[in-house]
Amino acid sequence: MISTTKVLSLREGSIQVVLFSVYGPRRPNPLKNGGGEVPWLLFLSGSWRAAVGGYFLKRLVFLGVVMLGVSIITFGLINLAPGDPAELILRSGGVEPTRETLEALRKELGLNAPLYVQYGRWLWRVLHGDLGKSFRTGRPVAEEILSRFPATLELTCAAMVLMVCLALPAGILSALYRHAFLDHLSRLSALLGASLPGFWLGLVLIYFFGVKLGVLPVMGRGGPQHLVLPAVTLGFGMAAVYARILRASMLDVLGQDYIKVARAKGLKEKWVIGRHALKNALLPTVTLLGMSFGHLLGGAVIVETIFAWPGVGKFAVDAIFNRDYPVIQGYVLFMAVVFVLVNLLVDVSYVFLDPRIRLERGK
Amino acid sequence: MGLSRNFGAGVAGYPATVESAGQAETVSRGGSAAALERLLQDRLALLGLIIILAVMAVAVFAPYIAPNDPTKVDLQHRLAPPGTQYPLGTDHLGRCLLSRLIYGARASLSTAALALWAIMLIGIPLGTLAGYCGGWVDNLIMRFVDILLAFPGLILALVIAGTLGPGLLNVMLALSAVWWVGYARVVRGMVLSVKEKEFILAARACGTSELGIIARHILPNVLSPMIVLATLDMGKLILAISGLSFLGLGAQPPAPEWGAMLSDGRPYMQAAPQLMIYPGLAIMTVALAFNLLGDGLRDALDPRGNTRI
Repeated sequence: MISTTKVLSLREGSIQVVLFSVYGPRRPNPLKNGGGEVPWLLFLSGSWRAAVGGYFLKRLVFLGVVMLGVSIITFGLINLAPGDPAELILRSGGVEPTRETLEALRKELGLNAPLYVQYGRWLWRVLHGDLGKSFRTGRPVAEEILSRFPATLELTCAAMVLMVCLALPAGILSALYRHAFLDHLSRLSALLGASLPGFWLGLVLIYFFGVKLGVLPVMGRGGPQHLVLPAVTLGFGMAAVYARILRASMLDVLGQDYIKVARAKGLKEKWVIGRHALKNALLPTVTLLGMSFGHLLGGAVIVETIFAWPGVGKFAVDAIFNRDYPVIQGYVLFMAVVFVLVNLLVDVSYVFLDPRIRLERGK
Repeated sequence: MGLSRNFGAGVAGYPATVESAGQAETVSRGGSAAALERLLQDRLALLGLIIILAVMAVAVFAPYIAPNDPTKVDLQHRLAPPGTQYPLGTDHLGRCLLSRLIYGARASLSTAALALWAIMLIGIPLGTLAGYCGGWVDNLIMRFVDILLAFPGLILALVIAGTLGPGLLNVMLALSAVWWVGYARVVRGMVLSVKEKEFILAARACGTSELGIIARHILPNVLSPMIVLATLDMGKLILAISGLSFLGLGAQPPAPEWGAMLSDGRPYMQAAPQLMIYPGLAIMTVALAFNLLGDGLRDALDPRGNTRI
């Protein structure tokens, strides 16, 4: 129990980092003590496995509760909308609704049943993979979303890779050479990254690289060169922020006693950094990487719209303007599932990455 | 350094615990004067503050500052370059860009500020309730928070705003519905860390009512992180609002709003790049100013905390 809350509080801390601060995070490091030694023996012991198993089980139960809530909110969304869904469907089909057709459609869709019955039916269908049919295209929503998701995933992953490639060296170097030029530069870009409207950055990039220089394609999906501008637009802001968080984490670790010990032992600096500091500094950022995945997915909506990227985000925005409710619902539900799964993955990876959490569990 | 930081927030009230609750106030008051002094010494934060005040002044006095009517269409001067009549040129309908930028400050600032109030009005009481009551109340509220956190925030806001229909009010509602979660979490954490302190016990022993304890002893301790969070969030809200407006969900034509102006100017990128450059710069400047101020406030209000890095 104790360590479940530890893991959770670690995540809580990280969310606070994201919310609270951009370049001066309160460090999500409740696990101050301890070095980097892997308790191999514990790894092999049965108690550890049982403990981890219990942890997974708890996470899964929690996940179930969360997903149930997610489904209720998603279902409730349609009731926020002004107007009658049956009327909307008829109108979007180009039919002028009459009292009779409306009533017939309402009956067919089960809209006359009480809300909880409608919810139950809807949930039953969703659990069987049926998200309904798009008002506009008439095709199954699940199919439409799944066929577009690879494009979004490609964009998000490219942005993430870019983010890591930029942030990792920038964060580590600015921690090692504190107050040097690079440090100031990364602070400045973190400030800008947090204040820069992504859609504006996208437009400016289109203007310079597409219109003025004409060196990069600005519309649609294609070869790797199509990926450059959207990925930069999506990844830059996060990268700048991420670098600062990494730097903070690194500085925290560098101030720890075991680093002093390592240095006092006469260990070469590259070993101190590479073997002792880096490993521990990277830990909290794994959580952030998972969190940032969600942010990137959210940001992808705007980036996809700007660059006419044929992903789920653009699809959803189009659906919103077409009042294509099954698609909107399906999109929200799908995104929530992806987001929750990514976070679960992060939490689980934590148990494997951080021996201290394992130790806690073993107790 | 590491050691002193570990004590974290809430230590400020500590010396007062032995004495009376009244002393706590003088301590924190002295603290806030010192905090103000520290803030004023921080040049970047000061710069942020000045920009914010200037933009607020521009928003308030827009009718006196703007050279033209922001919604007046002048088809003779469509996409005009900067000149004497139109200092920054005109947009695709011949409307004065500068005037629209000036009036746009109103839309951005007021929507963000209203949304922020709504967010705090939901988040702070719920967070306090969860932290103070504990038990099933805490469980209920925090599970709901967990559920909302399972959505990527911007996506949920986008969908809510889209479902409610375009308009700044709906954008505001959507953002508030999603954003309060962060406040509830932070407040709950703060309340949890404060409520077991001795001065709360002392106040209770003195016969202060539960509401009195919350209002007089707990909330003041939550105040300073709230100020920091709110300042930083103003910047984020402005970005989010202009982003949703850019997508077409926020301000509706002909109302001037920075995000909507950007998307209006987009087709004319080649002929009149200023149409998308300036609104973007305006959004960025304001967001940057709030970030600078928020950053400075954090350092000023919690000097023992993690200083600027």
